[in-house]
Amino acid sequence: MTATTDVADVADVAVGAAGRAALLVLADGRFPAGGHAHSGGAEAAVKAGRVTDVPSLEAFCRGRLHTAGLAAAALAAAAAAGADPLELDEAADARTPSLALRAAARRLGRQMMRAARATWPSPALDTLASARPRGAHQPVVLGLAARAAGLGPLDAAYAAAYEAVSGPATAVVRLLSLDPFHATAVLARLAPELDVVAVAGAEAGRRASDEGLDVLPAPSAPLLDITAEQHAAWPVRLFAT
Amino acid sequence: MHLDHPTTYPHRHTYGAASPLRPDGTRRALRIGLGGPVGSGKTATVAALCRALREEVSIAVVTNDIYTREDAEFLLRQAVLPPERITAVETGACPHTAIRDDISANLEAVEDLEDGTGPLDLVLVESGGDNLTATFSKGLVDAQIFVIDVAGGDDIPRKGGPGVTTADLLVVNKTDLAPYVGADLAGMARDAKAQRGDLPVAFTSLAAEDGVAPVRDWVRERLAAWTATATAP
Repeated sequence: MTATTDVADVADVAVGAAGRAALLVLADGRFPAGGHAHSGGAEAAVKAGRVTDVPSLEAFCRGRLHTAGLAAAALAAAAAAGADPLELDEAADARTPSLALRAAARRLGRQMMRAARATWPSPALDTLASARPRGAHQPVVLGLAARAAGLGPLDAAYAAAYEAVSGPATAVVRLLSLDPFHATAVLARLAPELDVVAVAGAEAGRRASDEGLDVLPAPSAPLLDITAEQHAAWPVRLFAT
Repeated sequence: MHLDHPTTYPHRHTYGAASPLRPDGTRRALRIGLGGPVGSGKTATVAALCRALREEVSIAVVTNDIYTREDAEFLLRQAVLPPERITAVETGACPHTAIRDDISANLEAVEDLEDGTGPLDLVLVESGGDNLTATFSKGLVDAQIFVIDVAGGDDIPRKGGPGVTTADLLVVNKTDLAPYVGADLAGMARDAKAQRGDLPVAFTSLAAEDGVAPVRDWVRERLAAWTATATAP
């Protein structure tokens, strides 16, 4: 495989036993795995005056997609491709400098595990749940859930990348009383970039399962890390992150 | 003990309310949800229930605040239970989601309380103040109490809604305020009867001595029934 990637290039790892419908179930914003209580940094950005309207929401989501979103997509894809979940969990720790965000990722991972074991029971999920009873990083569990659902690495990468932007967009509708049509239009405009990030994440995940986890990308958004720490200390907040 | 298979009983892993047993095979605590509009007295009812029952049964509380930990901190200040028995769940501006549509955080809180404090008899799950449509998922609780108050308008039982019509117990609180707000208690009782049929209604004034007694007695009955069912072969 060459360095350039597109959907066709990763088709070999993208194919799982399940079709598109299972991905819709997993990526549904109403999938009951705790996401509704998180803003993905949007609440802190709104309070700081950095997200005030539709264009600034779009800029925020774009930044998150290419940083936290790509990292999550690659981790989820690697888990779906069969990489060791415990090693992936450590790789996720290393890519999450904020203590508050590590704690949130594990909490969300535990909630994802609870929902996934009920919806797609699998020995792999049971094993990870036993090894990490307090929760593994959410993208790792998401990837394993995708695998249990019969989905492939590209599907897992899509679910993780989409979640990275859909969470903040939904939260900002509540925080700013933004027109929900406009917020959804932001997601629609980001769709081509979501495709690119999902494919890049899937490719990284495939390489990681072959060549080792060090090839996983480690993009960072320092402001998201810093404001997550500040947000965690707020006495009054609407969202957990 | 390996009595089941995860495919057959996935609720053992979710800690859902479908199974009366914990994953280790022991009986889990009875879970009662308390919902209702903001300011109707849910937290005060929880506090009064804890004081009334804590000597006879082992209790823990999960609060679902709209913002952060206000209700949990009220209960802590009131010292109705030791701190390790009170947990706050954050709800992302949607309190009804956390008790109905996505109960994962609440299930986690219940599981951690039972794991952390040893065998419990009763877990009270208090919803964040919401509107008249708020109900608890059957996957989260075994029974639910809906708390309204006379000052919120004596037409609420007539208006109905899922909370008023389907809750296992409807509590009409602050009856001591009825004369001051012009609330017609007899009318509220008639309307509630029309909406709820044989489901019980308790009129309370928590300001009075032992004011929580009707709710406490109802909880005692549920506990007795729960213990009898959960220990039956």
